[in-house]
Amino acid sequence: MKILVCISNVPDTTTKITFSLDGKAFNTAGVQFVINPYDEYALTRAIELKEAQGGSVTVLNVGEADTEPNIRKALAIGADDAIRVNLKPTDAFLVSQQIAHYAQEGGYDLILMGRESIDYNGFQVHGMVGELLGIPTIAPAIKLDVNGSTATLEREIEGGKEIIEASLPLVVSAQQPMAEPRIPNMRGIMTARTKPLKVVEPVGQDAKTSVQNYELPPAKSGVKMIDAENAGDLIKLLRNEAKVL
Amino acid sequence: MSVLVVIECANGEVKKSSLEAASYGSKVAAALGTSATAVAIGDVQANALASLGEQGITKVLLDNDSRLHDFVAAAYVKVISKAAESENSSVIVLSNSNIGAAIGSRLAVKLGASLATNVVALPQINGSSFTVRRGVFSGKALSDVELSSDKKIIAVKKNAVDIETTAGGTATVENFSADLADADFATAPKETIRQSGDILLTEADLVVSGGRGLKGPENWHLIEDLAKTLGAATACSKPVADVGWRPHHEHVGQTGITVSPNLYIAVGISGAIQHLAGVNSSKVIVVINKDPEAPFFKAADYGIVGDATEIVPKLIEAAKALDK
Repeated sequence: MKILVCISNVPDTTTKITFSLDGKAFNTAGVQFVINPYDEYALTRAIELKEAQGGSVTVLNVGEADTEPNIRKALAIGADDAIRVNLKPTDAFLVSQQIAHYAQEGGYDLILMGRESIDYNGFQVHGMVGELLGIPTIAPAIKLDVNGSTATLEREIEGGKEIIEASLPLVVSAQQPMAEPRIPNMRGIMTARTKPLKVVEPVGQDAKTSVQNYELPPAKSGVKMIDAENAGDLIKLLRNEAKVL
Repeated sequence: MSVLVVIECANGEVKKSSLEAASYGSKVAAALGTSATAVAIGDVQANALASLGEQGITKVLLDNDSRLHDFVAAAYVKVISKAAESENSSVIVLSNSNIGAAIGSRLAVKLGASLATNVVALPQINGSSFTVRRGVFSGKALSDVELSSDKKIIAVKKNAVDIETTAGGTATVENFSADLADADFATAPKETIRQSGDILLTEADLVVSGGRGLKGPENWHLIEDLAKTLGAATACSKPVADVGWRPHHEHVGQTGITVSPNLYIAVGISGAIQHLAGVNSSKVIVVINKDPEAPFFKAADYGIVGDATEIVPKLIEAAKALDK
């Protein structure tokens, strides 16, 4: 089975988000970038499937050269090879176009990714890639098993889950608890250095959206403390002052 | 030209998030000088849809193919794109749900449209420029995004826009068929497992959430009792889900569920930045924590310093004393 895992390079979850004074750019100074946590679930599950059933795992990232440390990390965790499409990922359709092109070229059985990136929060790429390739997308999946050419998945829906069987090829977007992310070991880190990382040029430049500016949400005006002895007063304040009960 | 609103239904009723989408779509239609039509899919009867007129919808297209009661992306996309074609829709509005995202992303490719998800405010329209504000960095920031294609698809974040209700408004309901084939249902679920009884976390106006400060699963009944008394949904922090006290679908935070209820009560949650990202668009936040230095107090509207096992019973008692 040939699996493609799409990973995105995002600020660590503990990052305090700030922008340039004109609000046009995210301040990356001092920010630690990581593999998007949702993509890590997809990557780990792909490696588990490969270990159990054979095949290969290729990681693909749409990004500039600064994403390579995290591509190497994905190789250290257990992917076999990697593709970086040399393009700044500014728009979901633009990114999907790249993924669909190189996925088609490689002839993968399964295309895995996280449900969304924790920076852009688009939750779009999985469906766009599926539509561009003319194959189904199951999103967001919390469980994935493959038997021959059939995948069995659990999909989260509002208020429950569904059990779905679908034929490969297939696009799947991952969410917890699909797999427990792994930390690369020393042997993985050593071998990752020599695994192939191919840099390819982008296809098309068809962005359909553009970010105009960023802003931080308004800060809270301050907390009103209630004495523990009179905790019940909180309920009265929520009704009479905040008017939410 | 028209605005098309996608209506999700469950148990014979229009979902609250779809009422928000309908209100949003009607306002966009008014700004563009056109009307708003809805397309309804799922388990619903015509009379439940006519009242969408109260949200400003003039006409509802209903495909009552019973195979559509379960969500199947390919079939839903076919119905909506056919509706968009017959209504000559230039803007499609849906809710930013799992279903909305799955449909919106495929539709955007099929129709060559610009798509914005997680949208929190009405568009700014100036001549040919069409800009929407959306949540980014997992709730830590907002961004204005220009949608440059002629067709635009907007997925509206839950609880971010108000439901407008004009009493007595009625929409005409027309039957609509997309002539679906069996192949459109290739990924239909074999089985659907629903949580029983509880209020849906993602749709809830009130949420009571617990963290490690509860000390153990044996104290979880405090969260449930308070939630039940208030009519709230329950949620938890990531550590609580990771150790297995509660299921992952209740985990609120950056890599879990993002909620934006009117009231979020956090009990025994310190307020790590990843947790705040999942809740900071809540209208009112209450924090109960025995550590007065817990970072969550900085993001709260009301706070109580104390042990959950002592404070929560007092809250339950006070909530029971409220007249409904």
